[in-house]
Amino acid sequence: MLTADASQAAAWRSLRQEVLDGDPATRAAKLHERAQATRRSILKMISDAGQGHIGGDFSVTDILTVLFDAVMNVDPEDHRKEDRDHFILSKGHCAGALYSTLAHSGFFPVSELDTFMAPLSALNGHPNRVKVPGVETNTGPLGHGLPVAVGTAIGAKLLKSGSRVFVVTGDGEMQEGSNWEALMSASHQKLDNLTLIVDRNRLQQGARTEETNGLDPLDARLAAFGMEVRIVDGHNYNDLIDAMRPSTTGSPVAVIANTIKGKGVSFIEDRVEWHHKVPSKEQTLQAFQELS
Amino acid sequence: MTTTSVLNDAPTFDNRQDFADELIALARTNDKVVAVCNDSVGSSNLTKFRDEFPDRLINVGIAEQNMVGVGAGLANAGLIPFVCAAGPFLTGRSLEQIKADVAYSQHNVILCGMSPGMAYGELGPTHHSVEDFSWLRALPGLDIVVPADGAQTRAAVRNAVADPRPTYIRVGRFKVPHVSEDNVGLERGKFVVAREGSDVTIIATGTEVSRALWAAASLAAEGVSARVLNAAYLSPLDEDAIKDAARQTGAIITAEEANVAGGLGAAVASVVGQLEDGARVPMRILGLNHFAPTGSTAFLLDHFGLTADHISAAAREVLHRD
Repeated sequence: MLTADASQAAAWRSLRQEVLDGDPATRAAKLHERAQATRRSILKMISDAGQGHIGGDFSVTDILTVLFDAVMNVDPEDHRKEDRDHFILSKGHCAGALYSTLAHSGFFPVSELDTFMAPLSALNGHPNRVKVPGVETNTGPLGHGLPVAVGTAIGAKLLKSGSRVFVVTGDGEMQEGSNWEALMSASHQKLDNLTLIVDRNRLQQGARTEETNGLDPLDARLAAFGMEVRIVDGHNYNDLIDAMRPSTTGSPVAVIANTIKGKGVSFIEDRVEWHHKVPSKEQTLQAFQELS
Repeated sequence: MTTTSVLNDAPTFDNRQDFADELIALARTNDKVVAVCNDSVGSSNLTKFRDEFPDRLINVGIAEQNMVGVGAGLANAGLIPFVCAAGPFLTGRSLEQIKADVAYSQHNVILCGMSPGMAYGELGPTHHSVEDFSWLRALPGLDIVVPADGAQTRAAVRNAVADPRPTYIRVGRFKVPHVSEDNVGLERGKFVVAREGSDVTIIATGTEVSRALWAAASLAAEGVSARVLNAAYLSPLDEDAIKDAARQTGAIITAEEANVAGGLGAAVASVVGQLEDGARVPMRILGLNHFAPTGSTAFLLDHFGLTADHISAAAREVLHRD
């Protein structure tokens, strides 16, 4: 198990306070700066490792930034404290984005990111809770995170811990039947402490979601399963923060975050081939400039 | 007296009752104990648990993948979840959840495979759980416990609460006689020596343990001293007991109400086959090797050669006493 980086955690706490104290424009500027730094880390990790899922990493980066830097009750130096909010990245192939976010928040040293997917690294291609603080459950096969989030939310209610549970799925991932089993449970159990965020970038590995096995009308489908549905621009920091507010109806919340796969780099954005393509040296330099 | 008549005369019991009683007793003193099921409140014998702890029985309906994920989440939150469902659906339908969410994630979920083996005889192979040993033995970090009677079922439940870890417990429905004392304990990763012997060792699990004991009794009448090991834990595997059996007795018979491809017999053979020259004894592996035809559990155990008479015949054959 990796261990926390105290100085990085202190820097994160101070930044988080500035974000929470700032006016909306300041808040958005600080979170954007933060997200771009995370994207630059991801770019370097994938370029060095020669593998990774850059498109989905970039589409989910702003969501992760908002959750860790402005919303969730977490402590990088006490990552399993009982009253923590729980975060589950069900689209585990975007581990690069999660690792980068966790490291920048002090859960483990940023230098560890250099080992991404290297032999014997704690930072596997998919996240492992036994090795990486801040990871709540091992994901990778799709359709696993939401059921675990449902169980965690039920547990938090039984234990009266006050914890909230946030889970991010890919949109293509919503084709997995287990997610719909879990949604039925979530609404039946009235899990108002559960927030599902669908990273709605409209692309899956092989093609557009609507050309593969269409999800629309996703909002109506989620509502029909008993969710309190919110639709948000998944790259607008203040709107994302607002969308993460607790349930107002007593039902679990589903946030459809409309995102752009590959967000932030012109030649990667919204292109199916960049699901897990690795940028060349020249492309890496160009991408780095666009993210700076 | 023939072994068959002994089998017919001994009083027999459904282990699910002891399972439920022990779970309720522990839940009274430990409020972290919860149960999860898939519409199987009745068949998992959880009705009394639900009546006493309505908030702590989470029935997810007929949705086994979600059920195991929910179990992992409950463990993640700090609870001790007993996830109960008929063995075939628990292990088959949710195998990837057991792999990723329980074993690989090391969430302390206790998976309770109810009515395993061929307990649902005439309902057929869709409802038989005879692949569970093969599938689950391939998952590192998951204990596999196969109690042979009610007292051992209670011990398995106690172990799971005292030291929660990813665990699969086979909770038998087919009635079996008592083979152990009340309040017996089970030591993690250890076979139970059910009978000492020096000529041959019978390693049996679950429903086959009482049958192995009867086989040993009939062999004794013929002058053959048979050791009987009750494989109460398949994982971790008691390799020392297997090695001792090979080195100290002349042959090993295994008997399991499960498919032989990757089950108990295969596990034992993988240890025996790697022993030093002179210690690699002959074996016979009794179990299933095809989908069951229609029939009651008792009929099918006979059909697949899993009665006491079959076990003693296998011992005679391997010792050339036939």
